[in-house]
Amino acid sequence: MTGKTLRALMGASAMTALAAPVMAETLTIATVNNGDMIRMQQMTAPFTEANPDIELEWVTLEENILRERVTTDIATNGGQYDVLTIGTYEVPIWAKQEWLAPLEMPAEYDVDDLLPAVREALSVDGTLYAAPFYGESAMVMYRTDLVEAAGVEMPDSPTWDDIKAAAEAMTDKDAEIYGICLRGKPGWGENMAMLTAMANSYGARWFDTDWQPQFDSEEWKTALTDYLDLMNNYGPPGASSNGFNENLSLFQQGKCGMWIDATVAASFVTDPEDSTVADSVGFAQFPNKDGVDNHGNWLWAWSLAIPASSQQQDAAKKFVAWATGKEYTAAVAEAEGWRAAPPGTRTSLYENAEYQEAAPFAEMTLKSMNAANTQKSSVQDIPYTGGQFVAIPEFQGIGTAVGQTFSAALAGQMSADDALNAAQSNVTREMTRAGYIK
Amino acid sequence: MARAVKTRTRIGYSIAAWTVALIIFFPILYTVITSFKSEQEAIAGFDLIPSLTLESYKAVQTQNDYFRPFVNSVILALGSTVLALIVAIPAAWAMAFSPTKRTKDILMWMLSTKMMPAVAVLVPIYLIFLRTGLMDTRTGLVIILMLMNLPIVIWMLYTYFREIPGEILEAARMDGASLRDEIVHVLTPMAIPGIASTMLLNVILAWNEAFWTIQLTTTNAAPLSAFIASFSSPQGLFWAKLSAASTMAIAPILIMGWFSQKQLVRGLTFGAVK
Amino acid sequence: MATRQTQSLARLMRAPAIILLLIWMLVPLGMTLYYSFLNYNLLNPTGTSWAGWFNYRYFYTDPAFFEAVGNTLVLVLGVLTITVVLGTAIAMLIDKPIFGQGIVRILIISPFFVMPPVAALIWKNMIMHPSYGVFADLAKFFGQAPIDWFAQYPLTSIIIIVAWQWLPFATLILLTALQSLDGEQMEAAEMDGAGAVSRFIHLTLPHLARAMTVVILIQTIFLLGIYAEILVTTNGGPGNASTNLTYLIYRAARLNFDIGGAAAGGIIAVILANFVAIFLMRAVGRNLD
Repeated sequence: MTGKTLRALMGASAMTALAAPVMAETLTIATVNNGDMIRMQQMTAPFTEANPDIELEWVTLEENILRERVTTDIATNGGQYDVLTIGTYEVPIWAKQEWLAPLEMPAEYDVDDLLPAVREALSVDGTLYAAPFYGESAMVMYRTDLVEAAGVEMPDSPTWDDIKAAAEAMTDKDAEIYGICLRGKPGWGENMAMLTAMANSYGARWFDTDWQPQFDSEEWKTALTDYLDLMNNYGPPGASSNGFNENLSLFQQGKCGMWIDATVAASFVTDPEDSTVADSVGFAQFPNKDGVDNHGNWLWAWSLAIPASSQQQDAAKKFVAWATGKEYTAAVAEAEGWRAAPPGTRTSLYENAEYQEAAPFAEMTLKSMNAANTQKSSVQDIPYTGGQFVAIPEFQGIGTAVGQTFSAALAGQMSADDALNAAQSNVTREMTRAGYIK
Repeated sequence: MARAVKTRTRIGYSIAAWTVALIIFFPILYTVITSFKSEQEAIAGFDLIPSLTLESYKAVQTQNDYFRPFVNSVILALGSTVLALIVAIPAAWAMAFSPTKRTKDILMWMLSTKMMPAVAVLVPIYLIFLRTGLMDTRTGLVIILMLMNLPIVIWMLYTYFREIPGEILEAARMDGASLRDEIVHVLTPMAIPGIASTMLLNVILAWNEAFWTIQLTTTNAAPLSAFIASFSSPQGLFWAKLSAASTMAIAPILIMGWFSQKQLVRGLTFGAVK
Repeated sequence: MATRQTQSLARLMRAPAIILLLIWMLVPLGMTLYYSFLNYNLLNPTGTSWAGWFNYRYFYTDPAFFEAVGNTLVLVLGVLTITVVLGTAIAMLIDKPIFGQGIVRILIISPFFVMPPVAALIWKNMIMHPSYGVFADLAKFFGQAPIDWFAQYPLTSIIIIVAWQWLPFATLILLTALQSLDGEQMEAAEMDGAGAVSRFIHLTLPHLARAMTVVILIQTIFLLGIYAEILVTTNGGPGNASTNLTYLIYRAARLNFDIGGAAAGGIIAVILANFVAIFLMRAVGRNLD
């Protein structure tokens, strides 16, 4: 009874809202506490000035808590948020559940300017469901001074053997310089992003076309063994709890010879204010195993989407178009320099001469992003899409469980073989339960 | 001679006690110190003398307004405490002064309701909150926090009331005191220390609750636990900012705790002292 | 006459609390019980169907299940041991005449006021971090390699953090009990030539038994539900080395969004917790009368 009355009341209030369109609207925006997002919160003045009837309320949360909160809300049709910050993983899954409102952008938004790989990752059947705020692939960032001092060469497109040789030559543990820093912190978006991309570049795949897990394959075994070798011999202490942020700090402090991670990090490690090594960073493509034509296929875009349950679709759309539009990029460039512009979403940014000049990493970033194929991330046949993740709802759970196991292997608590066996049986169990394996 | 030994022992005890106290307090102290460092200093290695910059506090405040979550925390902690006391005092009173055979069982059952893992009931509660319009309201959270702490509050009050000797009540009755007189003039004065410390404990528990307060709020009712959740693992260097945010989140309750230490200690016995 | 009146009044006074807690317990418990028999994943709401006992079977056949039960026990017992033993020692120390007693007490009870996620964040980043933590600085000072706490000793690290949070509580209760110890009896025993150890065993310990019971009982209730410290520091890993039962349920509910599975886990946890409660009441409950 109460439910009905309340719903009736809410319906009534929605009608009054329609009748009085002059009333100020409040947009509740859920966002992740990344540097770029926090900068955006401080730069909304042009938007609020142009739209005095729209007020912005921010909910800034750490990535995992954010994901929990917005998933619960959208799945229960809660309608607590008007704009969500989500990634390329959620967009296709949620769009298929009809939880997201399709985005039809105005002509001046210039949808065709979006990088094709990113646009494709955020669309379902040709309809855009989220607008990219910044995008990333993965690449090698290395210390040019250390490479030179160690007398090694870093090719533009290194193989894993090149990486190993360079890591060995640069490591000087007494001086707290570690040849290579990679993610080790368990999580589908942490170490498994790295390891899935690395496995891709070794020719491995998560599932065969019957959804049977492939951790018992030779490719996975080589990939994991090489990862463990690299990290145990040339990695920093405590690597099994290092994620993106931890490695970023280490690299900025000059403790890493190489760091293979998201391209978006490039603007942070070259920022003279935060990074002690800003002027000696070089960039190279994500490595591949000799003879395997695959560079990981890492692709991610933090994007803004509008839940179908939001009561303020039009205002929300206005905001999304502004925050991911060209104007905003120009505003950031004016305030903080071109190097800080949100990367990886628009072709026009990479054609901009000023950006090319200010961002030494622009070329490699664009190259990596264009090379990422999220429709077919492995050289073998696969039944799924997604690059450094598998785009199925169950992946958060199984990816993290496998990540735990591999993290334990990195911490020295189990061997690579035991870790792969555990991953194989665990994923088989979960996939059987979810009904993929008949 | 004896006096000299005594002073010496006292110094010995003091040194030991201060050492222990400083070790226990050190993590908090170091966090406060780090909050006044710059980010570069914060990771530069062990150093107890900060440069006293307010940089981190400014950065934290521009990223997330402190005032609203602070006010929410105060309202939630006080509101749920007052509500819990209103429900608990009569119940504990009745259990202490007219116990039945089942009183102990009821108390144990009440405590056992606290063993249900909150996360397992999140979805049902979330749905109830959505349907009833309690989502992201302080009212809803006050109710949840009250229910969460009610068992502990009742139990604490019960053990305290039970220590009030029954003879005093009988004597008052003999003198012809009404039930009202009995409560207002005889029992309440004796019960106040117990109620005060129960209240303090409940305020602390409510202030520090960090599951429901994050899961059932977005903006309007979000307290300091949500404020902290936006600093836990951001990009780049964050040690000083994290320290500043942590200091801001715990300072109010810490200072309250310090000032009310005596009251808290006096009643925090749970019937442990006969 | 008066008694009957008091009796019914007492019933009236008890009623609101009992009814509220009944609702608070039965409604979510009932709904959880219901969900535990459903195939219900939040990410795939259209696929909801009746599951029978499947969720339960699935939860306890999880390879992590028994490890999680073991970890839960180690965590609870570890923290209880540390807090009771150290709590007694510290309570006895600060019960002695010392300079600045008030400030010492304030410093010692402070950790109790710190929010669990904040405590975990402080310990993770400021104290135990292998590169920037104080422990690492200490190790380097003594020429040792820093310990990577959360990778090498995950459960121990969490026990340390949680024990730090609960030590003040134990100390306070034990201190209050200690203060009510009969001083004359102590002196008499000392006159009779009883040594410090024998006085501790024969007078102090029995006197503290009741307080220890209270500490154990209350802490157990809170310690069984620990997850925030795990979530912030180790995420239950490496492997499942620091996954306890509550965290396992958390994982099902918030990572897999498997509402049915989490509900079944929740019911299993409630049953196990009640076993612990019954055991506790049998073992130590007599002290409470």
